[in-house]
Amino acid sequence: MCLAVPGKITELREESGVALARVDFGGVARDACMAYLPEAAVGDYVLVHVGFAITRLDEEEAAKTLATLKELGEFSELE
Amino acid sequence: MKYIDEFRNLELAQSLLLRLRALVTRPWVVMEVCGGQTHSIVRYGLDELLPKEIELAHGPGCPVCVTALELIDRAHALARRPDVIFCSFGDMLRVPGSSGDLFQIRSQGGDVRVVYSPLECLKLARANPSKRVVFFAIGFETTAPANAMSVWQARAQGIDNYAMLVSHVTVPPAMTAILESPNNRVQAFLGAGHVCAVMGWEEYEPLAARYRVPIVVTGFEPLDLLEGIFRAVEQLEGGRHEVVNAYSRAVSRSGNPAARQMIAQVFEPCDRAWRGIGVIPGSGYRLREEFARFDAARIFDLQGIVSTEPENCISGLILQGARRPSDCAAFGTACTPETPLGATMVSAEGACAAYYNYGRHLAR
Repeated sequence: MCLAVPGKITELREESGVALARVDFGGVARDACMAYLPEAAVGDYVLVHVGFAITRLDEEEAAKTLATLKELGEFSELE
Repeated sequence: MKYIDEFRNLELAQSLLLRLRALVTRPWVVMEVCGGQTHSIVRYGLDELLPKEIELAHGPGCPVCVTALELIDRAHALARRPDVIFCSFGDMLRVPGSSGDLFQIRSQGGDVRVVYSPLECLKLARANPSKRVVFFAIGFETTAPANAMSVWQARAQGIDNYAMLVSHVTVPPAMTAILESPNNRVQAFLGAGHVCAVMGWEEYEPLAARYRVPIVVTGFEPLDLLEGIFRAVEQLEGGRHEVVNAYSRAVSRSGNPAARQMIAQVFEPCDRAWRGIGVIPGSGYRLREEFARFDAARIFDLQGIVSTEPENCISGLILQGARRPSDCAAFGTACTPETPLGATMVSAEGACAAYYNYGRHLAR
């Protein structure tokens, strides 16, 4: 139920006062309400849940997590 | 797909599992709260790959599963009314009430619609001014901002024939209830990543301190889950109990301020009955007084509905992590996704459905 899918913003617009984005989910495009992420820009990746973008995905943090996991894994190989 | 593929890397998963094996010295019980995480864990067989000392208990984080039968029966009563267009997320349609489900009501002439987003209900309401459009607003904090927005917009746009039947639940009070239970075995939690994307993790700090329980905010891909489990066991082994964020690409300390503000403007906390568990104080949201005219529970007379639970279903114990689906005599025999006895078999995120869909009933 709390499923939220990452997608890339390809277009931003407004419809009857509501901020909307066209979001590309690996080839499938859908609209998402951007009311809760007013600062998001075209090219950003966001998590979309029931038609609402709820958070922007942070590229730097994702890279940091992967680097930490790699370090953890390397440590296990030394043991 | 970016942000998915790299978090499903097999080599990294294998090395993390080795690291976990080197770390663990005794048995630990870790609960994943969120039903989406249960689904991922069973789908990738992560629970079977972990060191045997680590037991994953599946938590109550499936809104469809924990919606009280009384509320489902009220929803069904509304869906049968000729003056109502009843809207719901798809998961809810097959959940059995005391008699039948929403699919049956639709086949008997009820106007039941599946919506992807609650904002679709507003379009329906505008297009059908002679009907009352009622949305079954279920969900945790992740879904609350979207549902709140539909009422906010209905008021702003003067759409008076829209209403919500609210069944919102919140995570921290449910975790408290589990920790307070005399039968509790849970020693650490994987925090629900998308709930925290909205709410942040500040509200979990008093819980971790009071119950001396590690809480690790965790994502949904295999590497996310393995890291969450690793960070939880690392704390357990070291005698620590902190809130750690293992989903930093999506979650910040304070969450999403705009979404939290909308929740606070539209909803207020209330006591809520959880199916199979009972009433948990302060564990729900209801509409604030100023939105009373959009509250289906106040608009319609829903008293006098008698609800009866099926007898041989142990979903209440499963939702609290006290039993596994495979402990139930009816699992995979009398109870399957086609003929579900309880909601944990109906919703794709229920623990019973996850076990069944990935063939765990064949191993018995």
